[in-house]
Amino acid sequence: MMIQTDVPTSDEISTATSAGTTYEILEIAREQVLEDGIGLTQSQLEEVLRLPDAALPAALQLAHEVRLKHCGEDVEVEGIISIKTGGCPEDCHFCSQSGLFDSPVRGVWLDIPELVKAAKETAATGATEFCIVAAVRGPDIKLMNQIKFAIDRINEAVDINIACSLGMLTQRQVDQLAEWGVHRYNHNLETARSYFPEVVTTHSYEERLETCTMVKSAGMELCCGALIGMGETLEQRAELAAQLAALEPHEVPLNFLNPRPGTPLENQGIMDGKDALRAIAAFRLAMPRTVLRYAGGRELTLGDLGTREGLMGGINAVIVGNYLTTLGRPATADLNLLVELNMPIKELQKTL
Amino acid sequence: MNRVSSAGRSTAGNPAEAATAKFCGHCGEPSDGGDGPTSGVHLRCGEQLTLEPPRYCAACRRRMKVQVTPLGWSAECSRHGGLAP
Ligand code: SF4
Ligand SMILES: [Zn+2]
Ligand SMILES: [Zn+2]
Repeated sequence: MMIQTDVPTSDEISTATSAGTTYEILEIAREQVLEDGIGLTQSQLEEVLRLPDAALPAALQLAHEVRLKHCGEDVEVEGIISIKTGGCPEDCHFCSQSGLFDSPVRGVWLDIPELVKAAKETAATGATEFCIVAAVRGPDIKLMNQIKFAIDRINEAVDINIACSLGMLTQRQVDQLAEWGVHRYNHNLETARSYFPEVVTTHSYEERLETCTMVKSAGMELCCGALIGMGETLEQRAELAAQLAALEPHEVPLNFLNPRPGTPLENQGIMDGKDALRAIAAFRLAMPRTVLRYAGGRELTLGDLGTREGLMGGINAVIVGNYLTTLGRPATADLNLLVELNMPIKELQKTL
Repeated sequence: MNRVSSAGRSTAGNPAEAATAKFCGHCGEPSDGGDGPTSGVHLRCGEQLTLEPPRYCAACRRRMKVQVTPLGWSAECSRHGGLAP
């Protein structure tokens, strides 16, 4: 498992690896992160993000070793579903579900029988996590009631951990979700603090952090993600990784921008695949113990080969199947890949 | 319109049959005939439709109600009914 057998066979890369060049930041990371379990600092992460293409296989290999040593070989599989799509009052510039942009995504509510059916289908793939998402600033009473009802119906029908992503929460809502058995809550930082005001104007970074902090103190696992490729600098990408690491989230879903029609970022180019892989390695070296999940946009940015490289380069979790408004790779493609890579799917450990 | 293959879902009755596809399901602009976006204008739309469900009804270009689930999707026009992979 420690030998990377799938390094692309292009001349450029194979000569680079066989040349035996060493890179100082990777030597440091080997000591600091792999041996001692201490994540890289922001300035160290900048160095990783600036590594030349020739160093990429070595960076991914090291990230993979860190993941194996500090997380194990299991891969956590999750399905996500939107209970309320579209019509969100916030203005996150990447999001097709904001009601403030001229996006083709219409507002829709999912009914509970459909939700339960989707939970069953998700569990049947071997997934242990099912995340219910709503496009809202934060939940109102109607949504909280729907969520409570949904949780009860899902628990009656199928064994799967339930996670939620419902925007910014009040302390009371945090307590309620924890009490209902929601074991993980997703609330992303999305981007670096210094870039945030250019991406979202309807709420602040601090408000996001508040929800994250409350979720953790209530004993729920915090899932706090990143969305890269929005025009942030490499320094800001490193800043984001460091800010996430400081929060010590249980899980970090890593998204790559998929520019959505009608949104302010619709003309942003798709992120370069090698930059995406450098980011994967950097995020793992920033957070040796965190569940680092492939989320949206990898189909575009990385394709099939890149998906495999990321799983051999620090990623240890996937969202299986489709996303909230877009389609993912077929679930079977990812599941077969895990079999091929000899990575077992993490089994359900339901904490009740 | 069945450009997206996905296991476990049967094809719902598709009212927007190929011959009546007047609009591109991805961008909503007039289609150039045939069974979907094939011209240069809609070439990328065709690719996009492997990565996301159609958003516009091919018969009337109304925005459809689209629901995506981990293993499937459905799209519904208020006038012309439902669509699924
Ligand atoms: S809060 Fe969530 S759903 Fe609303 S615009 Fe921002 S990312 Fe989209
Ligand atoms: Zn089109
Ligand atoms: Zn119609």
